[in-house]
Amino acid sequence: MAHLLQTTFLPSSSPLIRRNQTYILRISGSRTRVNAKIREIFMPALSSTMTEGKIVSWVRSEGDKLCKGESVVVVESDKADMDVETFYDGYLAKIMVDEGGVASVGSAIALLAESEDEIAEAQAKAAASGSPSSPSSETSNSAAVVAAVPHPQPEKVKLAEPAAVTVGSAVHPASEGGKRIVASPYAKKLAKELKVELARVVGSGPKGRIVAKDVEAAAAGPAASVAAAGPAGIELASVVPFTTMQGAVSRNMVESLAVPTFRVGYTITTDALDALYKKIKSKGVTMTALLAKATALALVQHPVVNSSCRDGNSFIYNSSINIAVAVAVDGGLITPVLQDADKADIYTLSRKWKELVDKARAKLLQPHEYNTGTFTLSNLGMFGVDRFDAILPPGTGAIMAVGASEPTVVATKDGRIGMKNQMQVNVTADHRVIYGADLASFLQTLAKIIEDPRDLTF
Amino acid sequence: MHCSAAFSQAATSATAVPTISGSRHVGALHSSSSSSSCTLLIPSKPINLRFCGLRREAFGFSPSAFTRCSNSQRVRLPSRRRFKGSNVSASLGDNGIPKSFDYDLIIIGAGVGGHGAALHAVEKGLKTAIIEGDVVGGTCVNRGCVPSKALLAVSGRMRELQSEHHMKALGLQVHAAGYDRQGVADHANNLATKIRNNLTNSMKALGVDILTGVGTILGPQKVKFGTDNIVTAKDIIIATGSVPFVPKGIEVDGKTVITSDHALKLEFVPDWIAIVGSGYIGLEFSDVYTALGSEVTFIEALDQLMPGFDPEIGKLAQRVLINPRKIDYHTGVFATKITPAKDGKPVTIELIDAKTKEPKDTLEVDAALIATGRAPFTNGLGLENINVVTQRGFVPVDERMRVIDANGNLVPHLYCIGDANGKMMLAHAASAQGISVVEQVTGRDHVLNHLSIPAACFTHPEISMVGLTEPQAREKAEKEGFEVSVVKTSFKANTKALAENEGEGLAKLIYRPDNGEILGVHIFGLHAADLIHEASNAIALGTRIQDIKFAVHAHPTLSEVLDELFKAAKVKDHASNPVSEPVAV
Repeated sequence: MAHLLQTTFLPSSSPLIRRNQTYILRISGSRTRVNAKIREIFMPALSSTMTEGKIVSWVRSEGDKLCKGESVVVVESDKADMDVETFYDGYLAKIMVDEGGVASVGSAIALLAESEDEIAEAQAKAAASGSPSSPSSETSNSAAVVAAVPHPQPEKVKLAEPAAVTVGSAVHPASEGGKRIVASPYAKKLAKELKVELARVVGSGPKGRIVAKDVEAAAAGPAASVAAAGPAGIELASVVPFTTMQGAVSRNMVESLAVPTFRVGYTITTDALDALYKKIKSKGVTMTALLAKATALALVQHPVVNSSCRDGNSFIYNSSINIAVAVAVDGGLITPVLQDADKADIYTLSRKWKELVDKARAKLLQPHEYNTGTFTLSNLGMFGVDRFDAILPPGTGAIMAVGASEPTVVATKDGRIGMKNQMQVNVTADHRVIYGADLASFLQTLAKIIEDPRDLTF
Repeated sequence: MHCSAAFSQAATSATAVPTISGSRHVGALHSSSSSSSCTLLIPSKPINLRFCGLRREAFGFSPSAFTRCSNSQRVRLPSRRRFKGSNVSASLGDNGIPKSFDYDLIIIGAGVGGHGAALHAVEKGLKTAIIEGDVVGGTCVNRGCVPSKALLAVSGRMRELQSEHHMKALGLQVHAAGYDRQGVADHANNLATKIRNNLTNSMKALGVDILTGVGTILGPQKVKFGTDNIVTAKDIIIATGSVPFVPKGIEVDGKTVITSDHALKLEFVPDWIAIVGSGYIGLEFSDVYTALGSEVTFIEALDQLMPGFDPEIGKLAQRVLINPRKIDYHTGVFATKITPAKDGKPVTIELIDAKTKEPKDTLEVDAALIATGRAPFTNGLGLENINVVTQRGFVPVDERMRVIDANGNLVPHLYCIGDANGKMMLAHAASAQGISVVEQVTGRDHVLNHLSIPAACFTHPEISMVGLTEPQAREKAEKEGFEVSVVKTSFKANTKALAENEGEGLAKLIYRPDNGEILGVHIFGLHAADLIHEASNAIALGTRIQDIKFAVHAHPTLSEVLDELFKAAKVKDHASNPVSEPVAV
């Protein structure tokens, strides 16, 4: 009968099967070429509010061959259980978070090797990095720490003073001198949510118990007093292991030391570019896209600056001009890539850029979207930085550091003094393939394009 | 319903009443009786049925409330029934049974099980007595389902009023919802009193003798009640029920360490209460306490909260009923020692690992509720007089509730129903077992299908189930070699649920695709407890999915959740059972 009625009022006839919603795993190719065929499988973000996920079960086990699109793991988010499938073919080399374990979104939960031979290599890599693993090993680790470190009683007393709580109720009578923390269920939940360490909270509840308002006060209170020492949420004088992203950055930076680099700077007048930007900003064009486009057009005329030397014996003129732009994301740095920036028009490029930034913020970038750059742009102008020096990412030929465009008093050729907006750029390049004259002429071309930006909009 | 001619007038009005539903029914009765003294009594009738799973027959005689208001009827009705009862007894005597008994049937224990059995016995024409050593109504009415539903009704409303998000979504503005503890406690107590009176009156009205005193079995067909009253009966039903189970090491003082018996009085609302056991009782109380502002810590011996529920339902329930609330939990631990608060010290709870038995933690809380299940109440029943040995306190019975003695033989004329036999510790299961026994003693063989008995947990939202859980069904399928399929639907796909802004929920049907048999249905969502009966009735009557899927459900109603399940189930073609011939009207 229901079908005879207005259809919009009917429940969907297909049963909602939660388990069958599948999500694609984001797998990052390591940016270092050495491990290019071992990929990390990340904890995916299955909902907008998900910050961590629990591994319900691994559908596949170590050593299994995986095909693109196959379910690998069942992940429990704050909302539901979901099957997660792989985006790449390969072998499940190493499970880094066991069933029942919890991992934060974006952290590695397993390694995927491209071929069978690389399984061992991947496992060695996982062992070396001392991955966050199963809850059992975690507890045994922390247990060891507790045993080794005497409980920080003096510190606790010190912290008790500013809270202005009478000493009598500061310590729970049965907390055995602070060894045991007595906190109500909601206080514990709040502490986890607000990232407050219960050991540092003084309880005001019955018999010195920590209750919700103590945690709220602790979360709100220290922000002001700690401001001098550092931003809230940062534990001072503590050892913080690298996140996956920090680890990758660290490896790349060390590797960059093997490349002999040099720098060439240039001052470019941006009045015309600023005027153009003002004119087409309303169409969604961004300054980043404009700079990327200008750089790409300059690179067309100077292919050597867009080349890369990987082995020290030869170099390659890259076939496409892919401009990578460094973006600061929460807890790190990522370089989304505007592919074929010389070919795409400025509007397409702007849209593409916005999309990439959104993806980067949501940690949803696919590997090809951040590791295929041939030339890198790094812009700190928005902070008021007038000039700086960038480190060359391994595998590319050059990187350009862009400072702020600022009103500057300049002498013009006709003998007058005028005010112009100028910005300083500073290019770092691999001297094995790119020489001073190459960079100088590239910069000259770039300056011409920026100072007369008609070509940027076609 | 069997009625003598003299009774027909009363019976006609009685049978007509239940067909009129809800408030109109109340109004109709009220105006016809035109006696102001009975206004309070009548509305309580339907509540009685809803909460306790009492049978419709009780309702059929609902003029008992009506009787109470009019003197002439109060006297007349019971006397007629009693007269009829003794008639049957006499006729049995004529049939050559050598010994004449005081009663055809004596039921020991006037809880919901005994009550259900008594009403059915009267309907079958048996002269019936019921022995009660405490108060009529038993656990369910006085210390269980009934008062807890009153508390849960309050907690559900509180929860709704406190949910700013929910209210806002409906466009409502409520500020600072609060409650008066004594008022809430009174509501629960008044409800219990009301239902107890209704139960008592319904039995009195039908002519069931209520014998007050503790009942003890002296020998076959012979029972003592009180100090020295001895009565005989052709058949005896033990329906003595259960009491809260308190594991050893736990000291219950009734104030800070309590069982459900005390908790239902709601004498105080602690800031922090530990609930030992996360089954139905613990879960319902966590709902009540958190709504009233307490924080709750669950202590569960098994590795998972809510053992006994279908795992998928349990998991979802945990996401909705535990995680977002002010509740934390310890699983895989036993509470070995619980000491009540005294001399300014809090309640202390010592926990050990359930597997290694090593001390794990000590908790200090304001109160502890022991909800570790229920123990049968069979002490002092005189079972030794008839050579029956209890098993962990439970009276051993066969599938027809016939009591089995120490040698494994059936004890003639003795039955045991309800919590005392431990088959299924639910009020309505006891009642169903009682009815089954009465069917047998009146000459019709009857075996109750326990898999058709629904169960419900009245949290917000509710949880309900009937039949097997998915793991149970798969195990059975493995053993017997059939296939099992599962379909699920979300309350998010239900218009009525969305209108109520209560889309959180899941319904799940476990069935055999080869013949369309329903193996189990589990529902978590708005009014799940009321929704389950379509499924439980289908299981009880053997209705197959291929038939029930053609049944029509009003739109938009929550019942469409089940409709959705039945329609989504895929039964193999060859199993198709033609729907019964269409009837032209």
